[in-house]
Amino acid sequence: MIERGARVLRFLHLDGPLLAGLLLIALTGLFALYSASGEHMGTVVRQAVRIGIAFGAMLVVAQLSPRLLHNSAPWLYAIGLILLIVVLFAGDVGKGAQRWLDLGVIRFQPSEIMKLAVPMAVAWLCFAQPLPVKFGRALVAGVMITVTALLIARQPDLGTALLVAAAGFFALFLAGLRWRIIIALGALLTALTPVLWHFMHDYQRQRVRMFLDPEKDPLGAGYHIIQSKIAIGSGGLFGKGWLNGTQSQLEFLPERSTDFIFAVFAEEFGLFGVLVLIAAYLFVVGRGLWIATNAQDSFGRLLAGSLALTFFVYVFVNAGMVSGILPVVGVPLPLFSYGGTAMVTLLAGFGMLMSIHTHRKLISY
Amino acid sequence: MAKTRLSNPYAERALFARRAFVAIILVLLMSGALGAQLVNLQVFSHAHYMTLADGNRMRLEPVPPTRGLIYDRNGILLAGNQPSFTLEIIPEQVSDIDATLAALAEYVDIREQDLVRFHHQLRRQRRFEPVPVRFQLSEEDASRFAVHRHAFPGVELRATLTRHYPYGEVAAHAIGYVGAISEADLADVDAAAYSGTTHFGKTGVESAHEPTLHGTVGFRQVETNAQGRLLRVVDYSPPVAGDNLYLTLDARIQQAADLALGENAGSIVAIDPRNGDLLALVSKPGFNPNLFVDGIDVATYRSLERDARRPLFNRALRGRYPPGSTVKPFLGLAAILYRTELSRRSIWCEGFFRLPGGERRYRDWKRDGHGRTDLHRAVAESCDVYFYELALELGIDRMHEFMTAAGFGAPTGVDLDGELAGLMPSTEWKRRTMNQSWFPGETLIVGIGQGYMLSTPVQLAHSTAIVAGRGYAYRPRVVGWVQSGGGGKPLAQAPVAKTPLVPERIADWRTIVDAMVAVIHGPSASARAIAPRSGFRIAGKTGTAQVYSLAQDVDERIDPESIPLHLRDHALFVAFAPVEQPEIAVAVVVEHGGGGAATAAPVARQVIDAWLAGRAQ
Repeated sequence: MIERGARVLRFLHLDGPLLAGLLLIALTGLFALYSASGEHMGTVVRQAVRIGIAFGAMLVVAQLSPRLLHNSAPWLYAIGLILLIVVLFAGDVGKGAQRWLDLGVIRFQPSEIMKLAVPMAVAWLCFAQPLPVKFGRALVAGVMITVTALLIARQPDLGTALLVAAAGFFALFLAGLRWRIIIALGALLTALTPVLWHFMHDYQRQRVRMFLDPEKDPLGAGYHIIQSKIAIGSGGLFGKGWLNGTQSQLEFLPERSTDFIFAVFAEEFGLFGVLVLIAAYLFVVGRGLWIATNAQDSFGRLLAGSLALTFFVYVFVNAGMVSGILPVVGVPLPLFSYGGTAMVTLLAGFGMLMSIHTHRKLISY
Repeated sequence: MAKTRLSNPYAERALFARRAFVAIILVLLMSGALGAQLVNLQVFSHAHYMTLADGNRMRLEPVPPTRGLIYDRNGILLAGNQPSFTLEIIPEQVSDIDATLAALAEYVDIREQDLVRFHHQLRRQRRFEPVPVRFQLSEEDASRFAVHRHAFPGVELRATLTRHYPYGEVAAHAIGYVGAISEADLADVDAAAYSGTTHFGKTGVESAHEPTLHGTVGFRQVETNAQGRLLRVVDYSPPVAGDNLYLTLDARIQQAADLALGENAGSIVAIDPRNGDLLALVSKPGFNPNLFVDGIDVATYRSLERDARRPLFNRALRGRYPPGSTVKPFLGLAAILYRTELSRRSIWCEGFFRLPGGERRYRDWKRDGHGRTDLHRAVAESCDVYFYELALELGIDRMHEFMTAAGFGAPTGVDLDGELAGLMPSTEWKRRTMNQSWFPGETLIVGIGQGYMLSTPVQLAHSTAIVAGRGYAYRPRVVGWVQSGGGGKPLAQAPVAKTPLVPERIADWRTIVDAMVAVIHGPSASARAIAPRSGFRIAGKTGTAQVYSLAQDVDERIDPESIPLHLRDHALFVAFAPVEQPEIAVAVVVEHGGGGAATAAPVARQVIDAWLAGRAQ
């Protein structure tokens, strides 16, 4: 039986432990969503369909060979860049931000492509020369990352810009970017903070201010974070029980099905439940890094490692924001938050990890 | 994959492993930070956040108590709670509020002040909370609306309790009224005890006994969602209804007194001398207290306030009149008590009195004089000259001492708000207030109850009750029994005795009481018209309070009918009955009534009759 299952997985180019981890999280997410949506089965079914589509995307991507991924990397990046520029001028406005591109049949966000295209392109760049990466290559990669991130931040979508930049940076980091350069980058970023502040939108500045002192405006901008901390804190060790969270059920918690679903889970399942959930996420990250370490070439290593670490950043930024150790940035909790596009991209990324892992034996040199 | 470069796969693998190791360390550090924050929130600050979460969803709602009822001494309802209908709009269920109000106006009388209050309240309340449009809907309006109710989603009729005074004007000044608690009133009441209560006592018994009538507020703890909408009741502690009051007032006497005064302005206070019970407390003209319960409209209030006859003025407690000749029995008692020489002999009254060495003539009301007059005759016939001499002999300070003990110049302490003290002058008083010395001529006119001296009707009745009780004094009171809001037997309140006025010298009382009896039953009695033919005897004293001071020297008497009404004297009468075992003491003031015997005495007789007839049954 187990033998047959393993055979099926190998045939489908899927990694068992990774798939199990992802499915476990997604399933738990459905339970949390059922509670957060006020026991609305329609929402859960819609989300389940999206999860199905996303896993389908993963399955498709897993069939692509790492070689194909390598060869398509510069093209994918170029297409993404062009679409980002197009969206800047011709994009649809949704929720006050210009992110959407309407292709008549489907509407999608070009920034989603970049979540995968940037780490692929950087890995492709680094892979062209022996590692550790040389300064010239790193500089080219750095420019690519910065331009992409700035274009996305302009939309404005600070969360995605951050994730895309992080994904590119992780690939460079894993490619052996010199510590001197990393430290210099850090210093530069710190020095640029006031400049960044200057270019921020008002609502973005407001979010930073609110993070620094949420109690200042408890009914206005600080309301989200205060209610979220109340939800988590009142959950205690073992939580109030599924469907019994007062903060979420009585609608005190805003955005409870999307960005703040972590607080719903923390309120109803307590510290115990949250630690188990974080452990599940860490398992997925760990398995991703293990796959990266065992990848057959540097392109696969860098891409897989970058995607695994970016996944962790997702979780950390969302959980950190909801629990009040990071400012409010619109990053959903992967596999938990209600919403489709981001999940498809995310699982497509995991499809690449599986492709890298399961195509090893087919390539030999 | 085609290799287009030279590289060392082992070195590259090792490099990646090193970097991945650093990354794993960072991942674990960040996870640790996140975990630490979660432990902080969920373990160490758990109690704090639990409290905040409960505070979010739990709300304490006050449930106002039912106000205590007010009965007369025989259990006749004087102030009750009547079910009435309030028309309310729930804003979130009405799309166009102005259009709805306009449409409602076709069936319901909505006044300008209702709209003002409605819009004011609308702005302050949450969308799902009902906002009253009109209180106390008339029955016709309520039923007219009920028929068209289907056309008004979000508009509702709510049954509430409204204070109602069945006796209306008759007892308005005694019972008072309740009114809506205004923003300004909130400073005077305990906000917690009055949360949810909309009305409180403004005057009369309603105000003076507010703490007893109000009751104890109840609470229900409700769970609400973020919009504040009620989800369920978690806990409920019911309110305790206010205590019911049984007044010492007798509705029949109150009504008889009201009737007896007729269209006159004035006041009647009747007291049971045996315990201080107020049997009637009338001030006329009155007003309809029901107008005030749900907000009197400005025009009506203005007209009441500007009425020259001052219907809102409580004459019984606040009207200060010169007591006139009604003070004579009291001054007679003082003369006996201080054993003055005059009290044991008679004088020759020739119609006027002159101070030794003085030129000015102080006139007697009887131009030709009373002839030989002793104390008995002086009281019975109200000889002014005798009391000029008596006052001179006593001196103002001894008069002040005795009269104060008899209740003059001080509030009686009745359990009603707003009582004013009268005025009993003394040399010390004049020095203090006017910085002037006292003149002997001023002593003379205090001897006949004029000059600086002022009394309120309730004080006159109280002092008369002291004479009726032969010195035994009780604080006048209006609440006789208190019945717990939960029901049960009404508990009698013990009368409050005051320091008695020389009760041990019964002979002294007989002299004065006999003289007062002679006022009504004597051979030349001024008030003999009111003497009962049989059964019981009345002791009394007439009085006239000057409104417009006619020159004492004018020889020609002026025809009283020729004086304009508002300048005519006030008529006063004090009396008690039956003489031997008094059960009622009355003070009557008829403003601009002329002579006490003609106008005020018959009023007092009707009040006494009403009480004694009721007692006989």
